[in-house]
Amino acid sequence: MKRMELEVVVGLFLLVGILALAWLSIRLGRMQVLGLAGYVVYADFPSVGGLKQGASVEIAGVKVGQVDTISLVEYRARVKLRIDDSVKLQEDTIASIKTKGLIGEKYMRLSPGGSDETIPPSGRIRETEPPIDIEELIGSFIFGKF
Amino acid sequence: MRILWLLGEWALTSLRDGGRMMIFLGTALCWIFLPPLKWRRMIARIHFIGAKSLLVILLTGAFTGMVLGLQVFYTLTKFGSEAFLGPAVALTLIRELGPVLCALMVTGRAGSALTAEIGIMRITEQIDALHVMALNPMRYLVVPTILAGLIAFPLLTAIFDLVGIYGGYLVGVKLLGIGEGTYFGEMETYVGLGDITQGILKSLSFGLLVTWVCCYKGFYTGYGAEGVSRATTEAVVLSSVLILVWDYFVGSVLL
Repeated sequence: MKRMELEVVVGLFLLVGILALAWLSIRLGRMQVLGLAGYVVYADFPSVGGLKQGASVEIAGVKVGQVDTISLVEYRARVKLRIDDSVKLQEDTIASIKTKGLIGEKYMRLSPGGSDETIPPSGRIRETEPPIDIEELIGSFIFGKF
Repeated sequence: MRILWLLGEWALTSLRDGGRMMIFLGTALCWIFLPPLKWRRMIARIHFIGAKSLLVILLTGAFTGMVLGLQVFYTLTKFGSEAFLGPAVALTLIRELGPVLCALMVTGRAGSALTAEIGIMRITEQIDALHVMALNPMRYLVVPTILAGLIAFPLLTAIFDLVGIYGGYLVGVKLLGIGEGTYFGEMETYVGLGDITQGILKSLSFGLLVTWVCCYKGFYTGYGAEGVSRATTEAVVLSSVLILVWDYFVGSVLL
């Protein structure tokens, strides 16, 4: 009986500890445990300047997916996006990389288009817009190239 | 001449002690990978190091989080950026304070007791008795303790972090009036998996460090009650100092 008690206490401790660890890594660390939900679309950018894996993809400020991977294809940045199944993207959707606030992190904003056709899974978003380079902007302002 | 002699003696003694500690660690690590493992001893050790430290960890974690919430809030209001209270509390806890304070508390609560226990076994010749009975004291005493430390420390740290974040929530949101969504939302934005892995790696290394130092000091304790008392003090002091020193170096390498 005494031994049982010891094991029960240890089991309880391990359970609580593992739950705490799991909460930290899934909720705060955004770790993917279950199979990835959603479908994949690709978007090519001339530059992704500061966009990171796991950044959110938003339509009208609502999160609809996240950035899966970023790779270099023919000297352009190919971003793999994972979009929720419930969201359909029109064929002329515009993908743009924006900054949250003035110094916040980068995220991807999708502006829905008006086309009747939708982008199939593993399709490609044709219309893309690179992030605004603030340094370049300031530079051209100073040197009067507006 | 006398000073030179003292300096040389000090250097040689420290070198010899350091080498002996390293050999102790090396042997212990070898025995970890050699079956059979004393499961029951290990469970008893997890109970002793982990489960029994839970109350201390809950208390210190909650108050650390609350203090962080309070102090960071007053600093951030000066810049009008209270919204970053959540990430500030969470990152401080996950990266630094969680692993370090947790290790220090467990050293004080369990480490000292481990040293005293093994030390008394040494001076009452129980370790020699184990040898005589052909029971390897390394396998029977040290390996289960080190493994238990490696298992218990990360879990205790995770609990500490969680309770601390909740404590910060109580002070920041309930007392000082930051939005609940702001607190947790910004936290989710700024805390990444890398921060959590760093915290866990730190606590793993602390688990090894504390159990190693405490077992070593107990295993090679001096003579009599005085020897055990000195070994216990040395174990706690050395563990605490090494935790803080090691924390800096791990932090600067992993950053």
